[in-house]
Amino acid sequence: MTPDNSTPMMQLLAPDGTYGVPAQYAKYGEIIDSLGEDQLKTFYRDMARIRRFDIEAIALQRQGQLGLWVPAIGQEGAQIGSGYAVGPNDHIFPSYREHGVAITHGVELMSILKMMRGVNHGGWNPEETRYHLYSIVLGAQVLHAVGYAMGVKFDGRVGTGDKDSDLAVISYFGDGATAEGDVSESLLFAAVYEAPIVFFVQNNQWAISSPVEQVTKVPLYMRGSGFGVPGMRVDGNDVLACYAATKLHMDEAREGAGPYLIEALTYRIGAHTTSDDPSKYRDESEVEYWKARDPIPRFETFLRRQGIEDSFFEDVKQAGDELAADIREQTFALTTPPLENIFDFVYSESHPDIVQQRAWLKAYEESMGSHE
Amino acid sequence: MAIAKALNAGLQKAMQDDPKVLMFGEDVAQLGGVFRVTEGLHKEFGDSRVFNTPIAESGIVGTAIGLAMRGYRPVTEIQFDGFVFPAFNQITTQLAKLTSRSEGFLQMPVVIRIPYGGGIGAVEHHSESPEAYFAHTPGLRIVTPSNPNDAYWMIQEAIKSPDPVIIFEPKRRYWQKGPVNLDIAPMPLHSARLMREGTDVTLLAYGPMVTTALQAAELGAEEGISIEVIDLRSLSPIDYPTLFASANKTGRVVMVHEAPTNVSLSSEIAARITENCFYSLEAPVLRVGGFDTPYPPAKLEEAYLPDADRILEAVDRSMAY
Ligand SMILES: Cc1ncc(C[n+]2csc(CCOP(=O)(O)OP(=O)(O)O)c2C)c(N)n1
Ligand SMILES: [Mg+2]
Repeated sequence: MTPDNSTPMMQLLAPDGTYGVPAQYAKYGEIIDSLGEDQLKTFYRDMARIRRFDIEAIALQRQGQLGLWVPAIGQEGAQIGSGYAVGPNDHIFPSYREHGVAITHGVELMSILKMMRGVNHGGWNPEETRYHLYSIVLGAQVLHAVGYAMGVKFDGRVGTGDKDSDLAVISYFGDGATAEGDVSESLLFAAVYEAPIVFFVQNNQWAISSPVEQVTKVPLYMRGSGFGVPGMRVDGNDVLACYAATKLHMDEAREGAGPYLIEALTYRIGAHTTSDDPSKYRDESEVEYWKARDPIPRFETFLRRQGIEDSFFEDVKQAGDELAADIREQTFALTTPPLENIFDFVYSESHPDIVQQRAWLKAYEESMGSHE
Repeated sequence: MAIAKALNAGLQKAMQDDPKVLMFGEDVAQLGGVFRVTEGLHKEFGDSRVFNTPIAESGIVGTAIGLAMRGYRPVTEIQFDGFVFPAFNQITTQLAKLTSRSEGFLQMPVVIRIPYGGGIGAVEHHSESPEAYFAHTPGLRIVTPSNPNDAYWMIQEAIKSPDPVIIFEPKRRYWQKGPVNLDIAPMPLHSARLMREGTDVTLLAYGPMVTTALQAAELGAEEGISIEVIDLRSLSPIDYPTLFASANKTGRVVMVHEAPTNVSLSSEIAARITENCFYSLEAPVLRVGGFDTPYPPAKLEEAYLPDADRILEAVDRSMAY
């Protein structure tokens, strides 16, 4: 889409890699100032890692190893930047494209591949990772995030000043999902109960084939204002802006400032999923426009200007290839669980219909003999 | 004690026993809910445990899910049966599935209270019986009390369950009184109860229709028909062993509920009884329910809802086989 220059947007790193902090964003600039070289390198390493992972996952899907793949290509700045701003006690409620956020909190990439292969519906431990399960019903997870944040507030874990104890919640969703009633209800509940939550909207400008202009009349960062949730737009392809904005507003939420909404303006360079055909609804020239604003080369330019050497970038590339080979091997080795597993967790406590159907299946399979 | 009061006492006890129990919904705080089921709880437990929500049913259930993830045991009130549908998505695609989706990492101890059924002369959407939608959904547990003693205990056991429980409260019986034993739970949450012994026909009912079924049995006795009445109490799971034992004994089964009969609880139960008690049956399982129409305007509901006569008509048909 044509860039909308009338809307204020925090950008710290221009597409050509020039860093600069406009006066009104000074407090965000201070956050970047406090980052060490290692942290900057980590941002780059993980953006490149998740890009490489995406490319491999698309290939695995094409080879029939995955049922579906949902690429995040182009959104790495928004995901890695915001992900690293989330604190060690905070909880994350993703949608279904936040693989970049997942790696910032140690979620095994194979867990995501398993889900997309079709061997489970998620299955990682959300309590342990603090990265909750993917949510395919648009907007549904945002209410869970708000409920969780309400609980944090009821627990008295907000604004105590104890940094080891206080926590906040971040919920991710897309431009398309903002139309869901659950998102509006989430904004309202968060405001009414002053919940410690940041709503992180990745406006990648497309909801499958629907451009964002078709689903909103005002910029999305303003969507919360009528509910009492202030917001800002950041350049979602600027990993530093995404980090600084998320860091500041998660910190504030933890300190008791209530909810906040961040709209990260980014672009979905790839298809919606491997089942999609974007040539049906958008011009290649638009994609080219946004490729020139890709978050990764921009950050590379910045790092090189900081004096980071070639060898670092070469190591990152090699690590990416190793990761790709590794997940390829692991994906091929994935086994399909037995059908009887579907009965395991329908209920936490025994349910007679489940007991009966499990027994029936077992007897049926035995009567048919082994198919192994 | 009346059913509404028994629910209130049960809620109060659960909230006293476990500080993680929360009660929220529309108008449940100072007002005590439109049926006063939560009366006094806000006063006793304060804003942080009993609170009004915005009028947004999906928001109520969706945030309850998040609170359960945070270790709370939320009890939510949906103001009326006809207003549960904005929450249908959260209940069926999220609440019911999260334990399975997470392979057991998440438990969902959420209770949804829904006053249901007709007979109170209300405007549209205040008299419905949507239980079949939920009983159809794997992952949910559904119970419905017919008397104060069950109401008092069911609400407490529902709150203790690690699984989501919907408790359908028979709103026209809220003011019906009966004894409550405050010391001993009558029976497990998901068991059916034999309400009246009989030998000729088994009459199955639940929620508001149990009272009606007992009236029919009384009238039947005067006509010389011995009707056995069973209160299902639980709609998911259903206590089939109790149902089958009675069906095998009498050989004739009539089932009654307010909900339309098409693809209803009685459809499923008729199928199961046919499958499991085929050689004992003297007649097909017959069903008495609401008609397959939208719930009618209040002036017509008395004629629309099953009553003792409609039940006895079905009993007579069963006896004629
Ligand atoms: C409730 C619901 N309706 C429809 C869909 C089908 N669907 C999946 S993704 C999608 C578009 C979502 O767009 P957006 O929120 O912008 O996220 P993005 O895919 O761009 O990351 C749609 C319509 C769904 N998953 N859930
Ligand atoms: Mg989008």
